[in-house]
Amino acid sequence: MDESKSLLSVERMKDDIVVVRLLPRQILDELQISEISQSLKDMVDSGSTKIILDFSTVDHFSSSALGMLIILKKQIEGEKGSLKLCYIRSQILKVFKITRLDEIFSIYKTVPEALTSFSE
Amino acid sequence: MPDIDFSKLNFSSIVIKNDLRSAREKIVKPILDQAACQGYSGRDRFALRLGLEEAICNAFKHGNKCDPHRSISARWCVGETCVIVYVADDGVGFDPAKVPNPRCRGNLEKPSGRGLLLMKAYMTDVKYNDRGNEVCMIKIKRTKSSKTSAVKKM
Repeated sequence: MDESKSLLSVERMKDDIVVVRLLPRQILDELQISEISQSLKDMVDSGSTKIILDFSTVDHFSSSALGMLIILKKQIEGEKGSLKLCYIRSQILKVFKITRLDEIFSIYKTVPEALTSFSE
Repeated sequence: MPDIDFSKLNFSSIVIKNDLRSAREKIVKPILDQAACQGYSGRDRFALRLGLEEAICNAFKHGNKCDPHRSISARWCVGETCVIVYVADDGVGFDPAKVPNPRCRGNLEKPSGRGLLLMKAYMTDVKYNDRGNEVCMIKIKRTKSSKTSAVKKM
């Protein structure tokens, strides 16, 4: 498991699927968002286009962080890949619902459920 | 706007350089600490943090254009039943009515433009001054009889 600057924990699974856990409890800071964004972009640029983002640690998430996810989703889909989100706490899930982003992101309860969805 | 007699409230105020970390330390943190002392629930404090974060981010980025020579000013009062916060920047202001609705289908995949929506969803009331460079946000403490869902408010 690779931990990049204590912002992300990366685990490579079978079928080239990568599970990325977001490590900060609060993803609010612009600089931090920019660093996470760059790390994820680098991952996609190096060929990882099936990514599961694990939100289990996150309890605060800003609109700038939502913007980062949208940019990442577009980049991955541009490479014919897929981005899936999981373990989103109810308060954060409500932010997705308010913004209607739950309609454009593939959201799963758990990592195993997200993993299974790649083979469906 | 809820019926509040502003003349009876004691406001704290501060003017800081246009810097997000300073804004979090000197504006967001004391408000959240005071709200915890006044018995605001975790849910109310989540809403306050989100509203405050979006307000200072808007002031820093959109109002002050990330210019470190500009400033952010804030006034706030954390009462037993409500929190009132003003956040102002040195920018020319904007018309909130002209902000595109980020919930429209055609805007869903745009990476920005959701700050105001979240402030309105999570705070009880959000108003801008005429110039559009100062926001006033009010958060009424949630009680058992005031279970207003943020989603239902949309």
